[in-house]
Amino acid sequence: MEQRLANAWRMTVNEKKFIETALLSGLRIDGRNLYDYRKLTINFGREDGSSEVLLGQTRVMGFVTSQLVQPYRDRPNEGTLSVFTEFSPMADPSFEPGRPSESAVELGRVIDRGLRESRAVDMESLCVLAGRLVWAVRIDLHILDNGGNLVDTANIAALAALSTFRRPDCSLGGEDGQEVTVHPPDAREPLPLTIHHLPVAVTFAFLSSESIVVLDPTHQEEAVMGGRMTATLNTNGDICAIQKAGGEGVPQSVVMQCLRIAATKATDITSKIKEAVEAYNTERSLRKIKRHPVPNVSADVGRVKENKNLSFNLKDGDEFSGNQMPKISQLKLEIRGNDPQSDSVGGNTGIGSNMKGGITSKGGNTGNFLGGPSSWDPYSKGIDPNLLRSSLASRGVSVPSKKLEDLKREKHIISEAKTEVPSSDNKPTSLIINSEGGLPTNRKKTLKDAVKPKHKRKKRGSASTNGS
Amino acid sequence: MEYVSPEGLRIDGRRPLEMRKLHAEMGVVAKADGSASFVMGNTKVIAAVYGPREVQNRSQQMSDQALVRCEYSMANFSTGDRMRKQKGDRRSTEISLVIRQTLEACILTHLMPRSQIDIYVQVLQADGGTRSACINAATLALADAAIPMRDIVTSCSAGYLNSTPLLDLNYVEDSAGGPDVTVGILPKMDKVTLLQMDSKLPIDIFENVMQLAIEGCKAVATYIQEILLENTKQLEYHRGV
Repeated sequence: MEQRLANAWRMTVNEKKFIETALLSGLRIDGRNLYDYRKLTINFGREDGSSEVLLGQTRVMGFVTSQLVQPYRDRPNEGTLSVFTEFSPMADPSFEPGRPSESAVELGRVIDRGLRESRAVDMESLCVLAGRLVWAVRIDLHILDNGGNLVDTANIAALAALSTFRRPDCSLGGEDGQEVTVHPPDAREPLPLTIHHLPVAVTFAFLSSESIVVLDPTHQEEAVMGGRMTATLNTNGDICAIQKAGGEGVPQSVVMQCLRIAATKATDITSKIKEAVEAYNTERSLRKIKRHPVPNVSADVGRVKENKNLSFNLKDGDEFSGNQMPKISQLKLEIRGNDPQSDSVGGNTGIGSNMKGGITSKGGNTGNFLGGPSSWDPYSKGIDPNLLRSSLASRGVSVPSKKLEDLKREKHIISEAKTEVPSSDNKPTSLIINSEGGLPTNRKKTLKDAVKPKHKRKKRGSASTNGS
Repeated sequence: MEYVSPEGLRIDGRRPLEMRKLHAEMGVVAKADGSASFVMGNTKVIAAVYGPREVQNRSQQMSDQALVRCEYSMANFSTGDRMRKQKGDRRSTEISLVIRQTLEACILTHLMPRSQIDIYVQVLQADGGTRSACINAATLALADAAIPMRDIVTSCSAGYLNSTPLLDLNYVEDSAGGPDVTVGILPKMDKVTLLQMDSKLPIDIFENVMQLAIEGCKAVATYIQEILLENTKQLEYHRGV
C-alpha cells in the first residue's frame, strides 16, 4: 500500500509538460514512433534456462529451475509453475529490498497469469508419479535496470529462459515402479519443456489528455502516463491475458485497437525470441557433440572440449565471474586448467592446481575460471594464436600421444599447451578420431593431480591419473 | 463438465446473459465516514471509507492531491474451506492495487490536497466476482462519505464456457478454467477503466465477451443509481425537507 517513498524520483513539472506537449504532436522523447518497440536483445547464460533480456535500457534476467515436489491436491497429475520476481534496489531507487512492493507483486502475477492460465507450458508432461511426485518449475526474474516497461521485458526473459530450460531426465524403477531415479545431466540428456505457445506481453501507456496511446513506455513516459494496459497475446491471435488495473479511462474502441496493434507486435517479438533460442540450441548441441567421443589420450580431447566450451562462452558474452582477461589468455587458462591428466604437460597440472577450485566435473560448469593468467607465468601472454595455428598446421596433426611426447621435450611447456589448443580448435574431428579409446573420464581433478606433476609425465593414460 | 445445459440454463438456473440478484445498503458501518455493503448472488462484500483525513505517514503526503489507500481482505470464513493467512498474500495485494487505481481514476483527488482517503474492503462471502463486488461496494461507500467523484465506477465479470458468453460468473464457473473477463467502467463517460482477463481467448470472441461485461456494468450502474437516489431521499426525509 505504501508505494510512494520519500526517496522516490519525482519528475519536474517542466519535464512532464514537455513530454506531454511532444506527444500531442506525435513525438516521443527518444525519437521513436508511437507504436515502436525499443531495441530488444536476448542473451543466454551458460546454464540451461538462464536468460538476460535488454529492451532499450531495461534489463531483466530470468532463471528457471525445477524441483520434485508433491502436487496440489486438486491437480494430482500436473506439475506446477511459479513465478518469483526480485526487484533489486540497484534497478531503481524506489525499489526497496525485502518484501515485494505492490507493483512487484502485480508484475509477477501478470506474467504468471499469462503463462499458467493460458496453458503455455504443458503441465501434465511434468508429472512423474501421479499424486506423489511432480516437477515444480520455478521462474525467478531479477530486475536489474528499470528503464520502463518492466512487464514486457520480464515476460520475454521468462519465455526465453523457459525455452532453453532443460530438466533432468528421470525414470521409474524399483519393485513396484514407485522409485524415481533422477539422472544427472551427464548420464542422460536433460529434456526440454513442452511449450505450446509463447504468450508475449505488450504494454501500452495512456496519456492523460486526448487519448494518446504509446507502446512500450520508457521510465519518463511512465511517470507521465495516466494509465497503462498490458495485453499478453500469442501468435495464433489468442489473447492470453489482459491487465488494465484502473487508471485513466479509455473508450472501448481504443482498447480493441490496442489489441490489434498488440497482435502484430507479438508476432515480431515471438520470432525474435525463437531466433535467439535457435541460436542458443545450435551452440549447445555443438558443445554436446564434442563430448561424446571417448578420448584415447586424455589431454587433447579434454582440451578440445574445453576449447569448444570456451569459444561458445565467449560468444555468449556474459557471465564470467570476474574474468577480465583477453580472449587468448582465457583460452589458455581453460585448456590448462581443464586438463586433468596432462601426462605430458607437467606444467599444466601445476597450473591446473591453481584453478582446481574452479573446475568442477566435466558435465558441470567447466568455466569457473579464477582470475587471469597466473602472474608467475611469464609466457602466458603475448602468444599470437594465428602464429601458433600456422606453426601447428605445418607440423601436422598426427597421433596425439606422439604430440605429447614432443611436448614433453619442449621447454616452454605452457606455450606448447597453447599450441595444442588452437590446433585442436582447427581440427577437432581428426583429433577426436585419433584419441578414440582413451581415458573416458578425465574430468575430475583432485589434489593428487596437483601434487605430482613429475610423475604424470611418465605415466600416460594410466588409470591412476584419471580423475578420481 | 457442462456449464450450460442444452436448454440454455446454467448451473444455478440462470440464463447465460442473466446477472445474479443485486442488493446494496449504505451506511452499514456506523463509525466510518462512509460505508456500504454489496451483494451479488452469494457474494457479500462490505466496504468502509475513512477520509479525507490527515495523512498518517508524512513522507507520503502529496501537496497537490489526496492519497488514496486501499486494503482488500477476505474473511477466513468467506470461502468453502476456512483459509488462513489471507492478508498480505499476493492475490490480495494485487486486488488492493487494482481497486485503488480504479477508484483513484474517478475520485477528484486534486480537490483534497495533503489528505488521505482510506478504503477498506472486506469479503464476507465469496462466490465468484469478488473483485467486481468490491469495486461496486467501494463506489457506494465513497458516495456515502460524500467524496467528490468524476463518475461512479461499476464493475462486472463475464466468461466464456461451452462456447457461450456468460455474464457474472459464480465460483464454480470461474474455477472451470475458462476465460474470466472483469471490466470496470465509468458509465456516464462510457470509458473502460478496469480490464482484466485470464486464460486464452481469440480476439473476436473476446470483443463479444467484453461487450457483454460492459452491458452488465451498465445494469449495475442503473441499480447503484437507484440506491443512491433512495439514500438521498432518506437523508432529505431525516432532515425534514
